[in-house]
Amino acid sequence: MNTLIKLIKRYQGGSILLLTVLLALVLPLALDIFRLNLVGKYLSYGFVAIGLVMLWGYGGILSLGQGVFFGLGGYAMAMFMKLEASDPITTKIQSTPGIPDFMDWNQITELPAFWLPFKSLPLTIIAIIAVPVALAWLLSFSMFKRRVGGVYFAVITQAVALILTVAIIGQQGFTGGVNGMTDLKTIWGWDTRDDSAKYILYYLCVALLIFSIVICRWIQKGKVGTLLLAMRDKEDRVRFSGYDVADFRIFVFCLAAAMSGVGGAMFTLQVGFMSPSFVGIVPSIEMVIYAAVGGRMSLVGAVYGTLLINAGKTFFSESFPDMWLFFMAAVFILVTMVFPMGLAGLWESHVVPAWKRLFSPSLDKKTDLNSVSGMPTKLGTGVSHESI
Amino acid sequence: MSRFELALSVEDLTVSFDGFKAIDALNLYIEKNELRVIIGPNGAGKTTLLDLICGKTLASAGSIKFGDTELLGMPEHQRVRLGIGRKFQTPSIYENLSVFQNMEVSYPAGRSVFGALTFRCTEEVKERVNAVADDVGLLDKLNTEAGLLSHGQKQWLEIGMLLMQEPELLMLDEPIAGMSAKERDLTADLLNRICKNRAVIVIEHDMDFVKRIAHKVTVMHQGKILAEGSMDEVQANSDVIDVYLGH
Repeated sequence: MNTLIKLIKRYQGGSILLLTVLLALVLPLALDIFRLNLVGKYLSYGFVAIGLVMLWGYGGILSLGQGVFFGLGGYAMAMFMKLEASDPITTKIQSTPGIPDFMDWNQITELPAFWLPFKSLPLTIIAIIAVPVALAWLLSFSMFKRRVGGVYFAVITQAVALILTVAIIGQQGFTGGVNGMTDLKTIWGWDTRDDSAKYILYYLCVALLIFSIVICRWIQKGKVGTLLLAMRDKEDRVRFSGYDVADFRIFVFCLAAAMSGVGGAMFTLQVGFMSPSFVGIVPSIEMVIYAAVGGRMSLVGAVYGTLLINAGKTFFSESFPDMWLFFMAAVFILVTMVFPMGLAGLWESHVVPAWKRLFSPSLDKKTDLNSVSGMPTKLGTGVSHESI
Repeated sequence: MSRFELALSVEDLTVSFDGFKAIDALNLYIEKNELRVIIGPNGAGKTTLLDLICGKTLASAGSIKFGDTELLGMPEHQRVRLGIGRKFQTPSIYENLSVFQNMEVSYPAGRSVFGALTFRCTEEVKERVNAVADDVGLLDKLNTEAGLLSHGQKQWLEIGMLLMQEPELLMLDEPIAGMSAKERDLTADLLNRICKNRAVIVIEHDMDFVKRIAHKVTVMHQGKILAEGSMDEVQANSDVIDVYLGH
C-alpha cells in the first residue's frame, strides 16, 4: 500500500485518479446512456488530444494532421464491422453477395486484396495501431531525418490530411466515399448498438484512455520525457550530447499516431460509423484546439479540454444552430490570448496557490524561503570579450 | 611523433560559403593530453573550425581524423559518441530543467530511443552527477532550475554536462565570456584540472587567461593558421603583431 502511494506521488497520479473517478463513476451515474455515449465519443478524441500533449507540448512538434491517424484507426475498425455486416445472406439481393453494399453499387465484383485482413478481428486490432504507426513512421522518418520541422512539418501534415480525405472520397468503391462506412452492427455477432453494449464500450474507452495516460505519464517522467523537453528548447545541445534527435521525434510522432488510431477505433465502435469528415483538415485542427484549451503540457488537462469543448459544441449547436461556430472560435481565441497554457495552466497558476494559501500557510513561507535561496548569488557581467 | 598519439589531425580542411573561404586548406594537429588555445581576430574562422570538427558545418574538402577515424561524413551524434564534446559560445543548457537533470541527460547511457525508455537513474549515475557537479562548483545548485543560474554558472554547467560524457576531445568556445574575475580564476583551475586525460581545444580572447591555461597557442587569421607555438613564441611573432597591433 505504501509503495502504491509512493508510486502515485512520483507520477502525480492524483490527477489521474480523479479523472478516473469522474469518468468511471460520476458521469455514468449522472448521465443517461444517450449522453454517456456522447461522452464516450468525445473521449475517443481525447486519445488524439493526449497524443498532441506528448507531440506538441513535450516534443514541440505541431501536427495539423492527427485526424489522419484517427481516421485510419477508425476505418480499420469500420472495415472489419462492415465485412461482418455484409455476409452473403443479408446481402443476397446484391449482384455480388458477400461484399459491402457500397462496393456493389460501384460495380466492384470482388473484395479488394487490402480488405482481406479485415475479415479477422485479431488482424484488425493489430492494424488499428500498426497502420497509423506505419504511416507516421514513413512521414516522420522522411521529414525529421532531413531536419524538416516547425511550420513546414505542420503544413505537410495538413497536406496529408487533405490528400487522405480526397483519396477516401475519390475511391468510393473501396472506401464508401463521402458517406463513409455505415450500418456497422456487430463484432463476432455481438450487437454493439444496444444499451448494455454501449456501457461496455464506454468503459472500454475509459480504460484504454486511462491506460494511455499512464503510459504517457511514465514516458514523461522518464528520460525520454526529459529529452523531449530538452530538444524542444535546445535541439543542438541534445544533438551534440550524442543523441539522434530525429529518432526521438519519430518515436513521439508514432506514439501519438498509435493513440489516435485507438481513439479512432473507439469512435467507430461507439458512434457506429466512420466517414471522411473525421479525417480531414478541420477535425485535425479541432483536435489541436482540444489540447490547447486543456493545456498542452497536461495529459489530464487535454482530456478535460476535449470534454469541455465538445460539450460546449453540443450545447451551442443545440441552442444556437447558426451562431455556434462563432462561439467556438471566440472560446479558442480567448483561451490562447488569456491563458495560453490552457485550463491546466490556469489550475497551476491560480487554483493550486490559492489552495495552499488557504490550507497550509506555513508551507507557503517555506517555498518563499526556497525560492530566495534558489536565486542566483553571482550575476555575470554579460560582457563578452571580443577584443584580444 | 607517431600518428597514433595524435588526438585530432585536421588536414587541408577547406570550407567555403558562396565562394568565401572561411577555412582555407588548414592543417592542425592536437596531441593527446594537450590543451590548445586558438586565438585570432573576429572572423578568423575559429568557431567555424569547431563547427567543422563537431559536424555542425559540412566541409568542402580535406580531412578531419579523430585518432584514426575519419570524421567527415559522420553524423553529429556519432562523433559525440566517439568522444568529442563541444561547448557553444553562448551557454547552451536546458533552462527549464534542473541542474541535476541537465547533467543526467548528458550521461552517456540510454542514447537510443529504447535505451532512453529503459534508462534508470541508478546510484552510479547520481554519484557521477555529484562528482562532476562538485568539480564545476555546482554541487549546492543541483536542484536549482538551470535558467536561474548566473551567466558564469551556466558556462560551468555546460562544461559539466560535457564532462559527464568523459570526452577524449573537449572543445570549448569562449568558456569565460561574461565571467567575473573570480569566476575566471576558478575556470582556469578547472580547465587545468580537466585537461589531464584528454585533449582540449579552447577558443579565447582574454590573453591573461590564455597564458594561464595554454600548453600551446594557435593563431588563426582569415581561415588560415598564422602562427603556432608557446605563448611567448606567438607573442613575439611579427606576423601576429601585425595582425593584432597593426590596426
